[in-house]
Parts: sequence; C-alpha cells; structure tokens
Amino acid sequence: MINGLISGQILEATYLSLRRLAFGFVISITLGLLMGYLIARYKWVDDTLGFLVTALQSIPSIVWLPLAILWFKLGEAPILFIVTIGATWTMTVTSSTGFKNINPLFLRVARTMGSSGFHLMRTVILPASVPHLISGLRVAWAFAWRALMAGELVGGTGGLGHLLEMGRSLQSMDLVLAIMIIIGVVGTIIDNQVFNRMEKSVQKKWGVSARI
Amino acid sequence: MQVVLQNVNKRFQRDGSQPLTVLQDINLNIERGEFISLLGPSGCGKSTILNIVAGLETASDGIVTVNGQPIKGPGTDRIVVFQESGLFPWMNVLDNVTYGLLLKGMSKKEAHEKAMEGLRMVHLTRFAKSFPHELSGGMKQRVAIARAFVMDPEILLMDEPFAALDEQTRMVLHEELQTIWQKTGKTIIFITHNIREAVMLSTRIILMGTRPGIIKKEFTVEAARPRDLSDSVLRHLEARLLQGLEQEMEKVLKEEMGDDYSYKKGAVLSDPMHNLGSDI
Ligand SMILES: Nc1ncnc2c1ncn2[C@@H]1O[C@H](COP(=O)(O)OP(=O)(O)OP(=O)(O)O)[C@@H](O)[C@H]1O
Ligand SMILES: [Mg+2]
Repeated sequence: MINGLISGQILEATYLSLRRLAFGFVISITLGLLMGYLIARYKWVDDTLGFLVTALQSIPSIVWLPLAILWFKLGEAPILFIVTIGATWTMTVTSSTGFKNINPLFLRVARTMGSSGFHLMRTVILPASVPHLISGLRVAWAFAWRALMAGELVGGTGGLGHLLEMGRSLQSMDLVLAIMIIIGVVGTIIDNQVFNRMEKSVQKKWGVSARI
Repeated sequence: MQVVLQNVNKRFQRDGSQPLTVLQDINLNIERGEFISLLGPSGCGKSTILNIVAGLETASDGIVTVNGQPIKGPGTDRIVVFQESGLFPWMNVLDNVTYGLLLKGMSKKEAHEKAMEGLRMVHLTRFAKSFPHELSGGMKQRVAIARAFVMDPEILLMDEPFAALDEQTRMVLHEELQTIWQKTGKTIIFITHNIREAVMLSTRIILMGTRPGIIKKEFTVEAARPRDLSDSVLRHLEARLLQGLEQEMEKVLKEEMGDDYSYKKGAVLSDPMHNLGSDI
C-alpha cells in the first residue's frame, strides 16, 4: 500500500536523485567541454589524455563505486563521483570530436573579422559544434542517470535507488513497481522535454532535419 | 606600395611524400587603390595567395608586407569574401552581417543600420531574419559580399565572389563593386576564372601559370569606365588572355591525361564567358 507517508518519501527521494543528477551532470559537462577543447586544440593532449579517456570510457561507471567509497567513505560524495565520471568521458569524447569537426571556413571568417580567444569560443567554436554537443549531452545524461540509480541502489544514502532497495527489503512489490515506473517516467520526460527539444530546435535552425 | 609579395614560395607539407610546391617565386606589388585580378587555371594557387595576404596562411619563403608592415595574422584592414560563402548557420542573415561590425565596437543600433544598408545593396533586406539554409547558393554569396563590404576594409580580398551568381545579379554587383571601388579608393584583389569579368573590372590582370603556381604575365588595362567590351582594345586583351590561359590548360590536361591527349584548340573554350578551368 502506498500510503501518505510513503508517497511523501517518494517525492523526497525523487527530488534528492534529481538534485544529484543535475549537480553531477553540470560538473561533467564542464569537465568534458574543457578536456574536449584541450584535446581538439593540442596534439600532445590528444595523444595522451585523448587516449586515456577512450580507455576509461569503456569502464562502466558503477565499477568505480568501491574505489569511490574507499576514497570518500559512504555518503553523498561517492555517488556524485560515479555520476560525474559516468558522463564526463562521453562528454569529453563527443565534444572533442565536435570541436575537431568545425568547418575551418567558419574559423577563418571569424578570425578575419577580428574574433579570437574567448569571443571566438563563445560565438563560433561552441555554436558550430552544437549538433555534436547535443548528441553528446544526450548520451552523457543517459550514462549519468544509469550510474546514479546503480550507485543509490548499492551505495544506499537516500534517493530513488535507495528507496527501491528498501522496497525490496520490506517485500513491498507495490513500492518497487511504483519506483520503477517513476524512474522510467523521469527518464522519458527529461529525454523528451529537454534533449529532444534541443535537438529539434537546432535542426530547425540549421536546416539539417532531412529524413533518409 | 600597399601590398608587397617578394620572392614568395609556398609549400604544403604532405605526410609520406615530398612537400607540394604550390607557389613559386611570386613577386607582386600592389598600389593603394588598384583593382587587381588574379586569373589562372584551377589549382594554380590563387586562393593560396589571397590567404597569405589575408594572414590566414604563412608563406614558406619570402617577404609579405601590407603598408610596409610584415603580415602577422588576420586583421580587419583586410576582409575576405571567400570562395564559399561561409555564413554562420546558427545566426540569421542580419546577425551574420553585423558580426564583424559589433566586434569593431560599433553600437548595436549603428551596426544594424549599416548591415541593412549592406543588405539593400545586394537586394536582400527582406531576408534579414532568415537563416542561411533558407537561402539559395547565390543569395548566400550575396550576404557574404554584404558582410565583407560593410566592414569597410582598406583592402578587399575577393575569391571568385560572383562565380555562383546568375548573369543579372552578377552585372548588378559588377556595377556596385565598381562604384564602391571608385568612390572609396579601396584596394581590391579579385580572383576569377572569368576573363571577361577580369577585363571589365580590373586595372591590372595577373595571369598565373600552374604546377607550380607562377606569375606568367601581367596586363595593365587602360580603358575608360564604364567599359564596353566591344572596345577593340579590350577585345584584343581578351584574346591574348584566352590564349595564355589555353596554353596553361593544355599543360594541365596533358599532365593529367598523358601525352596522347591532343588538345583541340578553342573547342572547349571558344566562349570566354565560360568559367575557364572551373571543371578540371
Ligand atoms: N591545406 C592544403 N594542404 C595541401 N595542399 C593544399 C592545401 N591548400 C591548397 N592546396 C593545394 O594547393 C594548390 C592551389 O590551391 P588553391 O586553392 O590556391 O588553388 P586555386 O588557384 O584557388 O584553385 P581554384 O580556382 O580551383 O579555386 C592545389 O593544388 C591544392 O591542392
Ligand atoms: Mg580558389
């Protein structure tokens, strides 16, 4: 039975999970963009960090949890850590690919018009790689979401994953199913309302929405 | 001399083989206010020369100066109309045209007015709010021309700016370009495949040879403006340019197709309005 107490708990858990997700996601985007930029800019970073990132990318993020717990002790930190790490590598790889694939003509035009440094970054480099970046964001968010659920399930400090685990130990099928549904719904809403929309609006603006 | 190229060579590094020499011993002195055309077959290095003057490429050897100063990089005194329009697809037409103006520190309102003026010149004010993908190829190129003109550079570098345009628009823009050039006394370096275009517009025509790119011949055009192509001096010049180009093309075709290729003189190029060499 989902009584008032439990449903209050579910709301709270959802809020906690989403907050962790947002926080970890923002960190990984920032790190990913930064590393992606360095990899695209400098050959030697590409040869070293770029190679390392590709290798690290193939480690499922939940695998980092034991190490994270050893480092940070149980609590908020190890969960945030694996959420972040799950999304960071993908974001790094897609953003470096995006930056590397910018049409050099755009850079030439901007440079002759007097743009450089941060202005060039803001007005040309970022927008020119937006189509790549958005698909990167989408994959990164999916990774982060999965990592978060796994982390909460195992690392147990609140959140939807933890509640799911509680439902199991209480033998409450209702609770378990309700939470699974919530996880699915939250995932779909974010994917549809945030990323799908972003992708659509960029495609419309760029005129690249051809169907094959 | 405003632009000086002295003994300029340009090589492109290629992995795994000899570097490719694209320009060899280029000497060019361009005075303030000249309208100079570079004419030559495809791949002879015209765009490369333009890029070097623009500061987007560096010469492998030699000296390149603008107003006596060695070129250190791009600058707003030298604006380029590129062979492809290069409009930013994430900005609408107006934002594309104001981009450089705002960078120069112009106020939003002023930049807006100036940009609309530029768009009026290419007859595209109605499309100010459109995005580049909603325009045809020729329209994009016109926006790119407006974007360059409003920057009001000392030196305008134009890489086949009119190649993608229809005859009508091209004529209108020829007029515009001549008027602007006469009014402002800008220096214009103009690349074209089109002999007639070069003859109509230039004060001087540089005929280039290929493999490696060299300056083959220079022609000064001393006809009064507005020019009339039926003028015998111009027709004579046109014929000489055609002849020079044909020789170069023959060389290219021979190299590409082997020695058994016999070039039929005039068969392909009888009409100088064709964009010579554009399809080799
Ligand atoms: N970045 C580059 N790396 C290697 N080779 C290059 C590079 N840019 C140009 N080239 C070579 O330099 C030569 C000259 O190129 P360029 O673009 O200057 O020719 P062009 O005269 O402008 O030709 P077109 O009329 O077809 O535009 C070509 O053979 C081209 O293959
Ligand atoms: Mg060219």
